[in-house]
Amino acid sequence: MPELVLQITRAGFLALLWLFVLAALRVVRSDLYAASGLRAAAPGGRRPPTRGGTSKPARGGGRSGPRALIVTAGALAGTRIALDGRPIMIGRADDSTLVLDDDYASTRHARISQSGDDWYVEDLGSTNGTYLDRNKVSGPTRVPAGTPIRIGKTVIELRS
Amino acid sequence: MTRPTAPGAGAPGVPGVERPADRTALRPAIAAAVSTRRGVELALLAFAAVITTGALVLVEANQEQELTWALLYLGAAYLALLALAHLAVRKFAPYADPLVLPLAALLNGIGLVMIHRIDLARIARAASLGNEEPAQEAVRQVGWTAIGLVFFVGVLWLVPDHRTLARYGYTAGFVGLILLALPAVLPASLSEVNGARIWIRVGPASIQPGEFAKILFVVFFASFLVVKRDLFTSAGKHFLGMTFPRPRDLGPLLVAWGVAMAVLVFESDLGTSLMFFGIVLVMLYVATERISWVIIGLTIFGAGAFAAWTFVSRVQVRVSVWLDPFADYNGRGFQVSQGLFGLATGGMGGTGLGAGRPELVPFSSTDFIFTSLGEEIGLVGLAALLVIYCVLATRAMRSALAVRDTFGKLLAAGLGWAIAWQVFVVVGGVINLIPNTGITAPFVSYGGSSLVANYALVALVLRVSNAARQPAQEKRPGTPAGPQSPLAPLAEASTEMVSRDQVRTPPQGVRPQDATAGPAGPAGHAGPGPGGHPASAHGPAPRGRTRGE
Repeated sequence: MPELVLQITRAGFLALLWLFVLAALRVVRSDLYAASGLRAAAPGGRRPPTRGGTSKPARGGGRSGPRALIVTAGALAGTRIALDGRPIMIGRADDSTLVLDDDYASTRHARISQSGDDWYVEDLGSTNGTYLDRNKVSGPTRVPAGTPIRIGKTVIELRS
Repeated sequence: MTRPTAPGAGAPGVPGVERPADRTALRPAIAAAVSTRRGVELALLAFAAVITTGALVLVEANQEQELTWALLYLGAAYLALLALAHLAVRKFAPYADPLVLPLAALLNGIGLVMIHRIDLARIARAASLGNEEPAQEAVRQVGWTAIGLVFFVGVLWLVPDHRTLARYGYTAGFVGLILLALPAVLPASLSEVNGARIWIRVGPASIQPGEFAKILFVVFFASFLVVKRDLFTSAGKHFLGMTFPRPRDLGPLLVAWGVAMAVLVFESDLGTSLMFFGIVLVMLYVATERISWVIIGLTIFGAGAFAAWTFVSRVQVRVSVWLDPFADYNGRGFQVSQGLFGLATGGMGGTGLGAGRPELVPFSSTDFIFTSLGEEIGLVGLAALLVIYCVLATRAMRSALAVRDTFGKLLAAGLGWAIAWQVFVVVGGVINLIPNTGITAPFVSYGGSSLVANYALVALVLRVSNAARQPAQEKRPGTPAGPQSPLAPLAEASTEMVSRDQVRTPPQGVRPQDATAGPAGPAGHAGPGPGGHPASAHGPAPRGRTRGE
């Protein structure tokens, strides 16, 4: 192969290789703005409320998961947090969604997060554990609406 | 409540605000917004095939081979093979990351071309020496690529949800340990290749079980750490701004360290040992966010490696070559110094594909393929390949960040780290940054086990990324809230005061007795009987409810 052609193809190949890298990085960049599929799925990260009044959990018909988290026992009893698709962090840390002032709660105690239409509770390595109904939570566990979750002296549950 | 709410009973004459219709109409639009990006994947795969074909043409031209249309057919065949994998992704993991497969395909393609190029050099040398023509490694590697893609599709097909893997965590760990230990137990005639006992030779084929053990260990550690994470985050001493674990919590780490040391001593392989222990440490760090585990791990690994250096002769050889490769240029240091000369010959832009002499380095198509590539595509080209590896690893990390379940997070982070760490160990070895090891570069090196295992690994990453990127409403049909478990009515009893009309129909005839028995017999908490539930500790709530009925 003539020297000139060799040099041109050599540079051309390297340019092509880097072009591929740039194309890949462009996809990465567009993905940065699209965020994860979860947040892009529901605009504003909000699930539209479906029913007007409180009634039994929706079965069949229009899909709707729990809409609020309610503290039913403990120092914060009566507190209500609207569910908007974002995970709820529970613990003594100041940046938790539900800040517990409870000697039996850990700094980052538990997380309640949505997956599909279901909500899952997950213990974040707390010292005293999280209980769904009467069972200790060891991995992500589905939370049916109305089942109490016990963290220290606090009891919370999801309501539709 | 500014939005006009239009309940079902309301006037049907207002079409714009009727919510349910609105929602169903929105669904295709949402699906389009969360595009699966499979088209991008196909385009990048085609780009990768074009680059591979171009590289092949350059090699043939520079090696004074006959340029025929057959080269283009080879490129098209490669694209067809990748397109099949792409179709499998479309079918089994439609929301998966669009970058992972093309990046792997490009690395694999460039590796194939380089292996073919070294074949040509070996054939030419055999011809000039009058020896018989050596077997073409590239042909076998193409076969391994096909097998690797079969594994890729197989993993996507057989693992519809990565969380099922969590159930087989201990099985995976056990099988991985057996695979890792097997070469050390087998007689050297079956397991030793060039001094390192990391092989199993069955007839003409030889398998490097450590490559598969790598994936199995990541699965094991992910499932183990999800369940036992609190074991590693228990309180300990604060020292130097870090929380150190208590000595008695060090057990699992010491076991992992013992396995890594055993591999180092009995299989004389620093690479596999480093891979294994690196994966353990990083997954522990990801799970606990405690840097103290990494520091303790590095310290005990350093101490163990130092001891191995004192006692194991093969490790001593590797270290002395690392410290001064030119001291024994014609002997032990030959491979590393030839590799360094190869890289120096390539310089910034390389000699051009097919125009260098990469075959002068021993094992130029396996462990030292990076020096072969560095010689022919130079620093500029090698940097592009390293960036591609980085993007591949970061896509796995990105999936780990986006996926919701802890097991998936640990799995994807561990797999991504395994790729990045292996590249570091290989490249660090050939450029003499760390002692040279005998492991292969993912996707690029000649070697069946490595290629097949890495395709399986990439399939798992795609599986996790599919779960991470899938739009929320399509995730699972979701079981309706439906009938509660028998325990539930009781448990609810303590908490139903907030809204009275939400009470579910209780079992007939049980409640009134319940109300009287509740305060009377709180000691019977072990029984399934309604009255004894610990929930009755919450005083007035149960009674409030029963009264409400």
